[in-house]
Formats: sequence, structure tokens, C-alpha cells
Amino acid sequence: MKNHEHDRIRQLLEHSLPPVGDGQHPARDLWPGMQRRLREPSAMIPDRLKIPWFDWVLAGGVAIVAVAFPASIPVLLYYL
Amino acid sequence: MRNGTMVAEKRATDGGATSTRTPDVAFEELFRLHQRAVYSWILRIVRNHAAAEDLTIETFWRIHRSLGRFDQTRNFEPWARKIATHAAFDWLRARRPESSMPDDFFATVPSPIAANPGVAAEIRLKVAQSLGRLPPRLRIAATLAIIEGLPQKQVAEALGVSVAAVKLRVFRALRLLRKDLREQGITP
Repeated sequence: MKNHEHDRIRQLLEHSLPPVGDGQHPARDLWPGMQRRLREPSAMIPDRLKIPWFDWVLAGGVAIVAVAFPASIPVLLYYL
Repeated sequence: MRNGTMVAEKRATDGGATSTRTPDVAFEELFRLHQRAVYSWILRIVRNHAAAEDLTIETFWRIHRSLGRFDQTRNFEPWARKIATHAAFDWLRARRPESSMPDDFFATVPSPIAANPGVAAEIRLKVAQSLGRLPPRLRIAATLAIIEGLPQKQVAEALGVSVAAVKLRVFRALRLLRKDLREQGITP
């Protein structure tokens, strides 16, 4: 499917956006920030409690659609 | 060097029980050994120095929380890259697409390989904006596999998916980019 066009877009990406590469390093010492992060009270809260409510609603909606319309499962998986 | 790395990983992951050091000291050692690699990996995905610094701390916070689940027989760096990729994904997802590419996008990311001067600045900007509008999971796959030129196997490990899934994501990213660029008057 239009592979030549995809090859052109690949080239355009490569020529437009140079790679960052592997040799980068932070401009400052990050350890003090890391220590502050470890001391934050939120560090003690399990992940489960921090998932926004609308994510649960969305997950529930998707589950209901999947159960009610099994034929939609491949479409849902495609867009995941 | 590798022996020193393994010792630091073991000290940190067993809570310092096998050494006279405290767990905090062992974790600091682990942090200092790997922060550069983690930072560099995140910068490749988000292309923003300030965000990469914050996400490096976020990644090590997640590592600190999950150290008990780390399999010490495996290599630490791929595991850390996977966690870093998820942290970067969460960051990209939380941002509005139109703000994903700052104006100084090309200037803030130094590179040993400069962008091709034959490609007009306007086209480069439009390509960068189109990339920024991609869904984060497609954008990460395209950035790592095409722009950074990393092996698909390494990208797949970092994303926690199969190589076939990476190929599919890159294909879908290219298709969306083609459509988006056409709408902007750029015909590949």
C-alpha cells in the first residue's frame, strides 16, 4: 500500500528531525530532586488509588461495548 | 564497570541487605550509575531537556517502588528503559498535541547530525508538528524506530510489545503522517 510514499515520509522524517543520539546527559545533578520526590507523601499512595475516575468509566464503557457487541473487539484492538 | 554496575544493582534490589550500606545509599549508587542512560533515553522520546530531567526522577521513583519485583538475573538497563518509556508515554499523553513541539524544538535538542539544510525550515516545522499530533504510542514507535534509527527489537522491548506490533505502529504512524502532511499541502 503506497510503500513508496511511506519511504518518502521516512526520508522526510529523517531529514527534518535529527536524531538526539545516545550521548546526552542532564545539565544538573538530579539526585537532590530524587530525594525530594522520595520524601513526598504521595510516594506512599498505591497506584490503584491514583487512577482518574474517568479512566475507570472509560474502561467500563469499553468492557460493556465488547460484551454487547463482540464483533467490535477487533476494531477496539486495532485502535488500542 | 559492568561488575560495579551489577554490584550496585544487587545492593539496591536486595535493600542493601548483603552490604553494610543502607538501602538509600545503595539506591543513590544505582541512580548515579544509570541516570545518564535513563535521561538520554527519555530525551530521545520527549525531545525536551526540562521534561527529560523531571521524567528521569519520575522513572527512578517508579524503579524505587518496583525494585522488589526486579529479576536480578536479568539486565537492569532494559528494565529501566521500559519503565522510562512508560513514564514518557504518560507525559506525552497528558500534554495537548499542539503544545508538544515547542518553538525552539530544533534548537533545544543538540545533535551531532544536523538536520538536512536542503529541507526547508517550514517543511521541517510541519513535519515536527505532524509528528506531535500522532497518538503517543505511535509517536514513540516512529521516533525511536525511524528518527533515532534503533533496532525494532530494542524498541519492542522498551514498549513491552512484540516486534510485529512495533512494525504495525510504525506503519500506522506513517499512514497518519501522510494524511496529515497532505492536509497541510505537503505531498510526499
